[in-house]
Amino acid sequence: MTTDLAIEAVGLAKSYGSTSVLDHFDLRVPRGGVFALLGPNGAGKTTTVRILATLTRADAGRIRVAGHDVGTQRREVRRRISLTGQYAALDEAQTGEENLRMMGRLLHLAPRLARRRAAELLERFDLTDAGRRRVETYSGGMRRRLDLAAGLVGEPEIIFLDEPTTGLDPRSRAAMWEIVAELATGGRTVFLTTQYLDEADRLADRIAVVDGGRVVADGTAAQLKEQVGGRRLDVALAATAGPEAFATVVRRLGPRAVTADPARRTVGIATDGTAAHVRALLDEIDAGRDRVAHFDVHTTTLDDVFLALTARPAPAEVRPIATENPIATEKRSEHV
Amino acid sequence: MSELALAEATRRPAPRPAIVDAAADVTTMIGRSLRLSLRSVDGMITALALPIMLMLMFVYLFGGALRTGIAYVDYVVPGVLLVCAGFGAATTAVTVSSDLTTGVIDRFRSMDVSGAALITGHVVASVARNLVSTALVVAVALAIGFRPSAGVSGWLAAVGVLALFVLALSWLSATIGIIAGSPEAANGFTFFVSFLAYPSSAFVPIDTMPSWLRGFARDQPVNTVVETTRATLTGGPVGSVAWHAVLWSLGIIAASVSASGVLFNRRG
Repeated sequence: MTTDLAIEAVGLAKSYGSTSVLDHFDLRVPRGGVFALLGPNGAGKTTTVRILATLTRADAGRIRVAGHDVGTQRREVRRRISLTGQYAALDEAQTGEENLRMMGRLLHLAPRLARRRAAELLERFDLTDAGRRRVETYSGGMRRRLDLAAGLVGEPEIIFLDEPTTGLDPRSRAAMWEIVAELATGGRTVFLTTQYLDEADRLADRIAVVDGGRVVADGTAAQLKEQVGGRRLDVALAATAGPEAFATVVRRLGPRAVTADPARRTVGIATDGTAAHVRALLDEIDAGRDRVAHFDVHTTTLDDVFLALTARPAPAEVRPIATENPIATEKRSEHV
Repeated sequence: MSELALAEATRRPAPRPAIVDAAADVTTMIGRSLRLSLRSVDGMITALALPIMLMLMFVYLFGGALRTGIAYVDYVVPGVLLVCAGFGAATTAVTVSSDLTTGVIDRFRSMDVSGAALITGHVVASVARNLVSTALVVAVALAIGFRPSAGVSGWLAAVGVLALFVLALSWLSATIGIIAGSPEAANGFTFFVSFLAYPSSAFVPIDTMPSWLRGFARDQPVNTVVETTRATLTGGPVGSVAWHAVLWSLGIIAASVSASGVLFNRRG
């Protein structure tokens, strides 16, 4: 087994009753840096984190975390990880300091050391003044910071953060981003889940996009953006073209249409941005040269990637668009 | 705070025997549960005020109508002690159940804290809470005319039997708390346990009950503990019922301890 991977999951499967949450889920997370698992609600992100953090057992699959098997070496894994979930995992009626000291004691630090460690963490997370107050008096941002501090009392090699900024106001969110970026130093790995593209784009060294219980794409933000074409052509149809004409255009484009906004009669198409390709697309959409009102070419955002990879025109099973996109295939082969 | 200082402070201590670590976890969890109990203001008020109200109600409202052969206050106090202890212990089901719905449990699990340590914390806090409320009930009982004839050994025996039963009920309740889907469901168990005191000699002599009920009323655990407590406090003959009380408690403890371990690991 290679040792440069913090997490390796192969063929992971998990279902609750007859509902399959994860299926053929493969993931490789390199050691060090920030790794983001990006996906919409219900994609299986939390289940994945719970399995990787030994809280839930997978139905199938081989999983190694921090070099140990999650199924057979739980203790070894637990010694090397920490988990901070979506909801603050703290005792409301204890003070911040008491909570941190309790974590230290549970990690079997001597009382004096646990006390010192708690003081250090309170200082580091700007909670020294609040340390003597009960957690129930804390604001949402303070709670998250304390929660994160509680996960750092030990020296975890891998820090799991399940949606660390969900529900935070913009300022607390920015503060949390700074903290997360700082955590991923000294060889530590931060594994976070998020439904926010800007969060993944800003923080993560690598991103895996998860949808419908499997990883549909992974790579750096730049690589992912190139998978759906380096650029996006937005075409707006003229007002004279009715809704049916718009629907026809979208249908003909098929999976190449990464966005479609009927209200504004605008469709977004992945492109490499060359004049030849843009011209070809315009001709294809508008052979009679009377339907397109205007167009716009811009750099792909992670938003486009997300939409392209997770959009589902019909409830039936649909392949990720990127794999059928001629440009994407072309681009990807350059990278391999 | 530099990274270096943080890293230096967090090197995990050299491995100790697992049993030492487990014992340390139990101590930490007992401290946690005691602290949380003390800070739950409404919980403390319920635990202290309810038993006293219950006793006053029985002595002053029902006491006049009941004939038990001895002063009713002397007859009923052992029963009230037990109802209070039973009720107090049964609330452990609620505290465990609501604790399990909080995120902190996931953190404990991912830190390899055992279910046994967590449950022991709850149970010890429950026993401590109940000893305090029992002492309070006894003090109020003495103030309103309870005159037990027991000597020191009688008192010790009564406290011992009661404490053992509280321990048993607390552990049973904790187990119920693990199974219960929600704190509300766990709360139902509290009523069930409180109800067990009525078909017993806690408030009225068993021979005043319908004959088909007497067998159950005599042999069920609550009654054996009530009878033992009453006999040790009022200097009556203790007899074999004390052994039944102790055996019931030990049996409940053994079953609950093993069941709670399995159930905790299976949950989640």
